[in-house]
Parts: sequence; structure tokens; C-alpha cells
Amino acid sequence: MSDRLSVFKTYKLYVGGKFPRSESGRVYEVTTKTSAADAAGKGNWLANAPLASRKDARDAVVAARKAFGGWSGATAYNRGQVLYRVAEMLEGRREQFVREVADAEGLSKPKAAAVVDATIDRWVWYAGWTDKIAQVTGGANPVAGPFFNLSSPEPTGVVAVLAPQESSFLGLVSVLAPVIATGNTAVVVASEKAPLPALSLGEVLATSDVPGGVVNVLSGRTAEIAAPLAAHQDVNAIDLAGADDALARELEIAAADNLKRVLRPQAVDYFETPGTERLTAFLETKTVWHPTGSLGASGSSY
Amino acid sequence: MASAFEYAPAPESRSVVDIAPAYGLFVDGEFTDAADGKVFKTVSPSTEEALSEVAQAGAEDVDRAVKAARKAFEKWSALPGSERAKYLFRIARIIQERSRELAVLETLDNGKPIKETRDADLPLVAAHFFYYAGWADKLDHAGFGASPRPLGVAGQVIPWNFPLLMLAWKIAPALATGNTVVLKPAETTPLSALFFADICRQAGLPRGVVNILPGYGDAGAALVAHPDVNKVAFTGSTAVGKEIARTVAGTRKKLTLELGGKGANIVFDDAPVDQAVEGIVTGIFFNQGQVCCAGSRLLVQESIQDELLDALKRRLATLRLGDPLDKNTDIGAINSAEQLARITALAEQGEAEGAERWSPACELPASGYWFAPTLFTNVTQAHTIARDEIFGPVLSVLTFRTPDEAVAKANNTQYGLSAGIWTEKGSRILAVANKLRAGVVWSNTFNKFDPTSPFGGYKESGFGREGGRHGLEAYLDV
Repeated sequence: MSDRLSVFKTYKLYVGGKFPRSESGRVYEVTTKTSAADAAGKGNWLANAPLASRKDARDAVVAARKAFGGWSGATAYNRGQVLYRVAEMLEGRREQFVREVADAEGLSKPKAAAVVDATIDRWVWYAGWTDKIAQVTGGANPVAGPFFNLSSPEPTGVVAVLAPQESSFLGLVSVLAPVIATGNTAVVVASEKAPLPALSLGEVLATSDVPGGVVNVLSGRTAEIAAPLAAHQDVNAIDLAGADDALARELEIAAADNLKRVLRPQAVDYFETPGTERLTAFLETKTVWHPTGSLGASGSSY
Repeated sequence: MASAFEYAPAPESRSVVDIAPAYGLFVDGEFTDAADGKVFKTVSPSTEEALSEVAQAGAEDVDRAVKAARKAFEKWSALPGSERAKYLFRIARIIQERSRELAVLETLDNGKPIKETRDADLPLVAAHFFYYAGWADKLDHAGFGASPRPLGVAGQVIPWNFPLLMLAWKIAPALATGNTVVLKPAETTPLSALFFADICRQAGLPRGVVNILPGYGDAGAALVAHPDVNKVAFTGSTAVGKEIARTVAGTRKKLTLELGGKGANIVFDDAPVDQAVEGIVTGIFFNQGQVCCAGSRLLVQESIQDELLDALKRRLATLRLGDPLDKNTDIGAINSAEQLARITALAEQGEAEGAERWSPACELPASGYWFAPTLFTNVTQAHTIARDEIFGPVLSVLTFRTPDEAVAKANNTQYGLSAGIWTEKGSRILAVANKLRAGVVWSNTFNKFDPTSPFGGYKESGFGREGGRHGLEAYLDV
């Protein structure tokens, strides 16, 4: 048995619920992570990942926009169910992700297992937020007049997410889950050096109940894919987690063109339980007024 | 018919306000000249009379003011919230005491009717300080963590359409949360901010906590770019907002922007017509339409177009344009010659592109900057007057047949600040409000504001919210 030839996996992008190769036909080598001290530099070959192009990025935005109406219009309860289903599927594929994370991040199996467990738990944490965030951040405003006045959060739209470079799976889920939990749709650029866990996550999303287009996963050169996303007029927000300072500045300037909401890169310990900042960063507050008809109260009567 | 309803002039007295011939910058608790000695005149838009000469801040003054604010920040942010609260309550009370004086001053410097400064602006200004005063010692309970910290020095740039109200929106939450402030009022309306400086003095506010720098765009740009400013808040045009967003890119400065709008006021066939007409008038002719959340696009269901437009035109014919200090004036002066030129050019473009222009018979005063209330029909979504913010008393009328079409047309804009819905059907209100991409939706009412109520835009109308609990976030390290 030991001389059985293994079957390699062809990793593909995940766009609009489908698994296309890059339209550019390009791939790049993904290797195991080696320590910097390792003079040889290169790790062992793992797979060829798609090297996504600007066109792939634009296609992903189209898919995300198309999915936005349905996903943002779904009930929060439904979104919570769908997200929890993803956690269930991840648990079933736990061994695969342990292997991929160990290779991607140069971790021992037990350490990689701890990362994967934390990631699945993180996904469950966000699954539980879908139907609570509106109550925490919205509510009635006691205006001084005869008006019913309610503020509620709404998703901002299509969010481009540059996944953290070092934390290929826990970091990825920590930035992706809050974006879709609140009803946004996402175009994710995976960690440049370690994209395989992200591409495999696409396979999990495809076989859970997440509608196609809600999450789109691209692999390749972060700077190359991020530039058209930051400048895209139909992208509403961008999370710069995976950009270095110079790239982040450049992208933030491009994002000003249509006043995208920008989440700047910051130092994050992804093992810590997050706050709600990543949920609220991609929410708009809508305030709706209506007369109450209490004509005796102050103010006008219409 | 008109003669039976003629009103005698009922001017508010100017004697309640004493405008000095010259004002300095307010830096570190003192009025000072600009470093380079520059001054500019501020005029009354209704008469073109020069009201006062005001020091014009430059980059050097910005630096001095930021240093003063930085120095004051240490003590101010370390004060117990309950003490900061009392300062804000003092300010709120003094504003109430001096509200007639401030209302007249604002009308003189801005050109808007005394009815609006007296009954809308000033009560809201005081209410904002009262509201945020109460937050100062309750920040631990605001939902931003156990002990949220202030950001530091806030650089704030405000527009000329609601000079004192925008100042209140900016300064009240900044001070409540423990920040110090450098504020640049607009060059056409600096006076009420300088009077506010005097209120700070009366309230005994520590020096340097609030600094006021009258000046032009260059002073605003210098303030935004100053390396020791931690927070930038801007209300104004979308073009300038984008420029500011580029300036602060790559820094740690927190940014909130309240920018332009092209609000849709949607009237369904079952709307209460009289109320809708009042709401449309409020929506676009309040403050001569110089309102970012103005309902400048009327979307009327085709089946009631004629009835509604007839009623609207009848109502517009009763609007009184003239002396803003007259208590019966509905439409005051346009804020500046520059703004009047912009409104005029856009209205002419509307005509050139084939829309039909209508105004009630309306005599314009000989001096000052005036524009008659104007209605455009036969407007399509491609017309410039349906897309660009005019920021004047100009209403563009479009029609629709189905609720879906209304929503699609309302959302067909780069902006997303406000919208109005007029219908008696509750489920339709909720369904349409849900689909509108706008930060504020007024149903069966329009242009209502309250300090407890978050206000701000979607899309290119900017980001961040002012007012309410949400308004605190912009000034806290969260």
C-alpha cells in the first residue's frame, strides 16, 4: 500500500457558488511554511493555487452584488442557521483543516488542531450574533416630539476583505464571519503565502447552505487583487487586515473615490474573543421617523 | 385675493445683538489676531451689508490652536465625567438664555428666516448640549466597553447652512467624551461660532478646550492634515469629503463625514395630500433648500401627479420671500453670491436639458442674494437637476407607477442621506423604508431632527452618525 500514488487536489477559486480557475489561466506554487532561519528558504511543494487576476476580482464583485439582496433580505434567524451549518461542516472536515493549517503555518499537529478548534468556535460565536446585533446597536430614540423613531443597523453592501497574511484560517474566519453575519456579502482575498485553508473553506461554504455569491474567495497576489477592489465603484467597504502599511495607505486613498467604509489594519490577537467592532464596522444605521398621532404633544401634527 | 391676507411687516429687533466691528480667532481662551494679520469681511446675505471684520486663520494659527487643544486635553480628559457634564449643562443653559440674541445673529449672518433660527436652530442647539451633557458621566454604560477613552484633539470643519447647529453637533459630543476641539466655521458664517466662544468664557470652560478658527478652505485643509489632530469631523460637500478621506489615509486619525444628498420624497396615491404638500415644502424650502438632507427629488405616483402638483403650486404661491428678520418670512436669502450663482447655473441647465421650470409670482428684493422657490417638472433620472445636489430652493419632480419603481428611482443616486415616504398604508411604509438606501427615512413627515436620534448617510453621503448614543462612537477610542 505504501507505494500507492496519492491523488493531488486542484485548488480553485470560489466565485458565485462555483469553482472557476482564474480567467488568466495562471497559478502559483504554494509550499509549506519554513522558518526564516532555514537558509534554503523554500518549503515543500503543496499545490498550485490560482493566481487570480483583476478580472476575477471584478467577477467576484458582480457575484457578491447579485447575492446581496437575498442574503441581506433573509431573516437574521435564517442567517444564524446557515452560519451554524457551516460550523457543523467545518467540524466534519476538522482533520483536513488541521493538516492544511499545519502545512500552511508551519505548526505541529496539536497546535494546528488548537487553531482549527478556535476557528470553528469563532464561526459559532458569529453565528449567534446574527439575530442579536440589531438589538445591541439599534433601538427606539426618545425624541422630544410626537414621533415613533427607530434606529436599526443594516448591512453596508459588498465588502472586500483582505484576509490576514499570517493567520491563514483563524484570522480568515475572524474577519470573514462578522462581515456576512450582518448580511453583507464578501469578496475575500486569501493569505498570499498560505491560501489553501481559505480555498478549502470555499468548498465547505459551497456544501453548506450559504447561497452562492455571498462569499467569494480569491487567491493570488494580495496587492494585485486588492487594487481593483479598493477602486471598484460597486464595492461598499474594505477590510485592510491583510495589507501592510504602505499598501493599506494606497488602498485607503483609492477607497475614498466612492467613500468606501475602510477598516484599517490593526494588531489583533485572533485567539482572543473579539468585540463587536468587526460587526459594526460594516453596518449602516438607518433611522425611521413616523408621527405617533399624539396631537396633544409638542410639534407639528403631520 | 392677496390683499385680504396681506401682513404688515413684523421685523424682529436687531437691538438684541451687538456685533463688534472686528473679531479675532479664539485660541487658548483668548481672542487673537491671525499670525499673518489677515482679515475678511462677513456680510449679511439679505442686504450685502458688511457685518464685521473677522481674523482669517492660516496654517500657523491652526498649529497654535492644535497645540492649545493638546495642552488642554490632559486636564480636560482627566476630569471626572460629572464635572465635564456640568460645564456642558452650563453651556446649554447660557444658550437658552441668549437664544434670541443668537437667533437674530444667525439670521443676519446666514440669511435664513428668523422663524427658523428662533424655532428650529436654537432650540436644537441647546438640546444637543443638554443631551450630550448627560452622557459625559455615563460613558461606561454607552455600550462601547467598560471605560472608553477619548481620542485627543478633534479637528472639526463645519458648513454655513446651519452654523450654530453644526457647531453643537460637533462640539457637544466631543467635549462630553473628553476630547478637546479646534473648530473651523465656514467663511461666510463665522459670527455665531465666535459668539459661542464668548459663551465658553461665560461658562468658565478651561482655556484651550474649545478653539475657534474662522477661515477659508486652506485653514480647514491645514487642520485636517495637522499631524497632532486625532479625530477629523467634517460636514460639507462630497467632493471635499473625498479629499479629506485621501488626506487622512494611512494615518490613525478617526474620520466621520456628513456629506451631500439628493433625498427622494416619495408620494403614493393614497397619501394625505395636504400633509404631503406641507412635507414637500418643508423638505425642499426649509432653509432655502440649503440642507444636505433636503427632499430635492419629488417622486410622485403618476395617478395623482396633477392633483398633487396643483396643490403644491397653490401652496408655493403663499410662501413669503423677503426680509429674513421678518417673523412672517418663509424664504430668506441664499447664503452667498457664490451659492446663488451655483443654484442659478444648475437651474438654467435644468431648462436647457428640457425640464419645465415653474416659480410662483415672486418679487425679489433689489439687494442681497435671492432665488425664488422653483419647481421642475418633466424631469427624468438622467437630468443633471435629478442627479446633482443643487443646495437651493429647487425641486425636481419625477413620477413612478409602482412601489418597486419608486424604490429603484429613489436609490438611483450616489447619495444616501435622507428619504421621505407619504402613504396611509403602514405595511407599505415599512416595506419601502426597508428598501431605501438612506440613513434617515421620514415617513409622513420630513426634516425632523432630535439630539437623541442618529443622523448620517449611506454611500457617498458619508460615514459615521451624529446624534444619539451612536454619535458618541465618533469621539471614543473604540
